[in-house]
Amino acid sequence: MNSVQKETTTYPIGLHPDLPPPVSERGLLKWLRKSLFNTWYNSIATILGLYFLWLVIPPTYDWLLGSATWEASSNKDCRAGAGGACWGFIKARFLLFMYGFYDANSLWRPNLAGALLICFATPVLIPKVPGTRFFAISLIFFYPWLALSLLVGPIEFSFLKTSSDLAIWAILILGFIAIGFWGIKINDLVKRGFGFGLAYFASALIFLNWGLGLDSVETTKFGGLLLTLVLALTSIAASLPLSILLALGRRAESLPVVMYACITFIELFRAVPLITVLFMAQFMIPLFLPQGYSFDDVGMALIGMILFFSAYLAEVVRGGLQAISKGQFEAAASIGLNYYKSTRLIILPQALKIVIPGIVNTFIAITKDTSLVMIIGLFDILNITKSSITDAKWLGLEWEGYAFVGLLFWILCFSMSRYSQWLEKRLDTDRRI
Amino acid sequence: MSAVSAKTEQIESAIQEREVIQIRGMHKWFGDFHVLKNIHLSVKNQERIVICGPSGSGKSTLIRCINRLEEHQKGEIIVDNIELTNDLKKIDLIRQEVGMVFQSFNLFPHLTVLENCTLGPIWVRQTPKKEAEEAAMLYLERVKIPEQAFKYPGQLSGGQQQRVAIARSLCMNPKIMLFDEPTSALDPEMIKEVLDVMVELANTGMTMLVVTHEMGFAKTVADRVIFMDEGEIIEQNNPHDFFDNAQHERTKLFLSQILAH
Repeated sequence: MNSVQKETTTYPIGLHPDLPPPVSERGLLKWLRKSLFNTWYNSIATILGLYFLWLVIPPTYDWLLGSATWEASSNKDCRAGAGGACWGFIKARFLLFMYGFYDANSLWRPNLAGALLICFATPVLIPKVPGTRFFAISLIFFYPWLALSLLVGPIEFSFLKTSSDLAIWAILILGFIAIGFWGIKINDLVKRGFGFGLAYFASALIFLNWGLGLDSVETTKFGGLLLTLVLALTSIAASLPLSILLALGRRAESLPVVMYACITFIELFRAVPLITVLFMAQFMIPLFLPQGYSFDDVGMALIGMILFFSAYLAEVVRGGLQAISKGQFEAAASIGLNYYKSTRLIILPQALKIVIPGIVNTFIAITKDTSLVMIIGLFDILNITKSSITDAKWLGLEWEGYAFVGLLFWILCFSMSRYSQWLEKRLDTDRRI
Repeated sequence: MSAVSAKTEQIESAIQEREVIQIRGMHKWFGDFHVLKNIHLSVKNQERIVICGPSGSGKSTLIRCINRLEEHQKGEIIVDNIELTNDLKKIDLIRQEVGMVFQSFNLFPHLTVLENCTLGPIWVRQTPKKEAEEAAMLYLERVKIPEQAFKYPGQLSGGQQQRVAIARSLCMNPKIMLFDEPTSALDPEMIKEVLDVMVELANTGMTMLVVTHEMGFAKTVADRVIFMDEGEIIEQNNPHDFFDNAQHERTKLFLSQILAH
């Protein structure tokens, strides 16, 4: 009945229900009309905007690429160029910008560390790539020691000098492993974790002491993008788990000692400027260490940054924990999950997902704040650029130098931002229809 | 032959006589507010109890004390021969045997329906994943939504979510099921689908404590109806006598209000 009616009904011209919308109501034309020229004052704004772009883009393009100088051995060559940017400066100083003062014939070491990081991290960050679980475990438990050994070579420990020391440690490790297996046998999680954990850390120390048999490289030689990345990635990787523990601790009302310790830590470090923390790390941590032990400046800066940012991140994570309804805790408890399991399986996955924007915001801040280490005399990418442009040979190239550094930071931070947006979309199961 | 059947009958009645929940002289306070006053209640195996009463009467708090979502301050609660104390291990043990269905479903939104159901068996009972999934599918069929197994809770209707919540609890193979106003957050047409599932569950012999205002459900399913007011058990009786021959004025008033429409 209905279909017959439909066929015989006639419609006024242009009003048939199956017709596409008129030309002025679709595609580019509609967008232009609705967004740019919908009123007379918007039309004027559009025209003014176009005029502004016409003023800005051609000269910028001309400076960046059009009349740029690509080869230069000093600022004389730059001045002789067409008047655009002098990228020859970046080219001539490229290795310095990338690796700082790292031994020129050992550059394969940071390169390998970086390549390994990409190999290990890709399956973790993009679950479509197979092997997520294997690489995640490797990334957390093995990669840090491997990268440290690649970058600095063997690390000397006063308790690991002679072969008899080594023998004692080997026996200790076997003992720890035995405790671990005992823990498995009697189904005791504490003994198991304790035994294997200590065995793992002792093995890591011996591994660091061996350092892949490479030459030792002082961290004072770290610089440029290498130092920036080492500081940023280590701070990020270490402060996130620490912050989760702090946030959970701060909410542990049944354990007042833990709770007040976490509150004190967070409020102390969050209320002090990072620069102060860096100064204090450099001068005060050595005072607390026993005689003969010393960390280098990079290590100190790292400790300071990790403590500072874990306090910051802890509050972001806590925000996520607050957002989880009481019902989720109750539902998890009602099926018999204990605190650790419900936190790990129910609460944290949801809480962290909620605060991805806040976490990544802090990650971006961490990445940019690495340049504050110039204040304790380290040569990160910004400081190395700053000193390069004060070199008599390259005077007057501030624009190129800072544009380059700015671009590097922007690429780093913008890719983090894009990744987080992708991750948010992928994890958004609540409103998936 | 008859000796054997008499024997099995005896065993069966012994099983049914066994008291799975014993609450004696239990009190609970929220701060200064005395929520539960001197509660005595024992529940036999396979018994189906409906608890009703005006809001604020403490009925939800009572069943939440049974799996220690709320802590009681005085008296004792013994569930499945284990007394509820501050011993966390015992609490976890009891929670494994006592399933709970909430008014607001409380499904885990970041997990699929199937994952919601298998989480407990896998992480608490150490069931192999495959086995847990097969069992979960059986329970999802029992609550009539196997086809939704791979969807997320946010994609389901309220009635469907509550049925998943029931399946999630059943997957733990509990001895006792607690229902805390399971249909109060549902549209009328969805209430029926949830109640149907609960009636079927009652027919399998599950021990059930149900806080609800669905008096029809109480009439058809309950062995005993308990009326609570101001933190006290005012009256308890079989549904027939409870509805037709209430003893207390407060019960009569409540019933007249709730059955008026």
